[in-house]
Amino acid sequence: MTARLAKYAKVFTIGIQNTFVYRWAFVLRSVVGIVPLIGTLFLWQGVFGSGGGTVAGYTFSAMILYFAMTVLMENLVTPTDDEWQIAGEIRDGRLSFLLLKPMNYLAYRFSLYASYRLLYSAILAPGIVIVFFALREHIILPSNPSTWLAFAGSTILAALLQFFIAYTIAMLAFWILEISTIIFITYSFEYFLSGRIFPLDMLPPWLSGVVKWAPFSYELYFPVQIFMERVKGAALAEGLAIQAGWVVVMWLAAVTLWRRGVKKYQAVGG
Amino acid sequence: MNRYLAIYRLTFRNSLIREMNFKANFLLWMIVESCWFIGQMAFIEVLYGHVNEIAGWTKWQLVCLVGTHQIISQIFQGFFYINLANLPELIRTGRLDIMLALPVDAQFAVSTRQVSFDCFVNTFVGIGIVVLSLVKLGITPDAWSVVLYLFAIVLGVAVHYAVMFSLAAVSFWMIRGQALIHGYFNLFHIGRYPDVVFRGVFKFIFTWIMPIILVSNVPAKLLARPFESPWTGLATLIAATAIVLGLTRAWWLFALKRYGSASS
Repeated sequence: MTARLAKYAKVFTIGIQNTFVYRWAFVLRSVVGIVPLIGTLFLWQGVFGSGGGTVAGYTFSAMILYFAMTVLMENLVTPTDDEWQIAGEIRDGRLSFLLLKPMNYLAYRFSLYASYRLLYSAILAPGIVIVFFALREHIILPSNPSTWLAFAGSTILAALLQFFIAYTIAMLAFWILEISTIIFITYSFEYFLSGRIFPLDMLPPWLSGVVKWAPFSYELYFPVQIFMERVKGAALAEGLAIQAGWVVVMWLAAVTLWRRGVKKYQAVGG
Repeated sequence: MNRYLAIYRLTFRNSLIREMNFKANFLLWMIVESCWFIGQMAFIEVLYGHVNEIAGWTKWQLVCLVGTHQIISQIFQGFFYINLANLPELIRTGRLDIMLALPVDAQFAVSTRQVSFDCFVNTFVGIGIVVLSLVKLGITPDAWSVVLYLFAIVLGVAVHYAVMFSLAAVSFWMIRGQALIHGYFNLFHIGRYPDVVFRGVFKFIFTWIMPIILVSNVPAKLLARPFESPWTGLATLIAATAIVLGLTRAWWLFALKRYGSASS
């Protein structure tokens, strides 16, 4: 058991080293990555106008906190390159090389994903601190310790969910040569339905069922709602259960597609 | 000049043949873009379900702005996007050498390798949306406004080109310049918002240094907000376009001097 874990710990370290080589690309990317947040803040300032008031139950400060948290969550858990790399390994036949190693591919990719996310967050940390400091008058941290606990749990589930979705989509590369269109279509759903551009409770009531049962809202929106203490008690427990359910479903999909895909794998070019 | 036109005609023809060979791919890219565009429209619908105006912009004025952004970005993507997105890879692998040896301007060569026709279909979707917004606003633009609108669209495409080209050229210094390609989408994300919402230092940066907020706002206001005088906006857009195109050219020549080629 320890030997097995040590193996993946090694992959994790290699992942960190690989990422660190490209730290400047990282820094530049995140500087440019902050632009949509700036735009969003200005747009919502325009939406709220000069007067106070609320929009869909959010005060201006609450809205700012919502977007600051969404961006933070996105940086923590959203995979940036993983699906492209996995699909690339399958398509180019580089997978053969990994199949020969005594390693589980899913665990291997997850170690890389985890190292990438952790290092990314560490590099971004100063930037995130600056953004939160600049917005400090709008930031209210939850006072209840159980909120922090639920938020941490939900964030981990969100990370697993996002990773398994990316991995499952990438598995399609076993059957389809060019999957970038499929990845971009998934992105568009994730973008609008995970709450990245507006809080999902702004949607008309007849869509609330979709929000509740589709996996997308559990990628970002739900953990942020927990953090803002907008979801509590029974609804919180129910949400966590649905989120965990989706994690299991996507994990099963990932494992099943992998088993079938490897049987079909032809190692083109490898 | 004629030679360049002749070369471009050939590129156009070859791209069309290629596109015909991958019809499924052509359709899928159209679907991708439609998903994003429908999302945009849904966002506007959701916003205006809660408020009547945003910084003085009504719903259909904003629709006209987003439609205009769609027209500009799709024309840019049709002609240039894929070529500029490939630039980091050309630099990394050293395949740029071949382009430099061609008897045409190297910037022209790397910028015009292929044309993506699916984007032009999406341009028509954008045009449809702009027309719809004008019908809803009850505005019939005169011929003069339409001419100015088209002129501003061309300038907008030039600004998109300049910004993305400059980002892509950073990869002369940095491997994995691909990360910067996402930067294009991040930056132009804010091009769909009314310019009046921006204040202070950000307004200055995104008007003069990277004239992103002018690009769609100037033409959209020409049509959807005829009560505003367009001249200041147009003059600013012309000046800013000239500046960024000049800077891009200088940046490219400077970067080329540093280019040592890879693996050769």
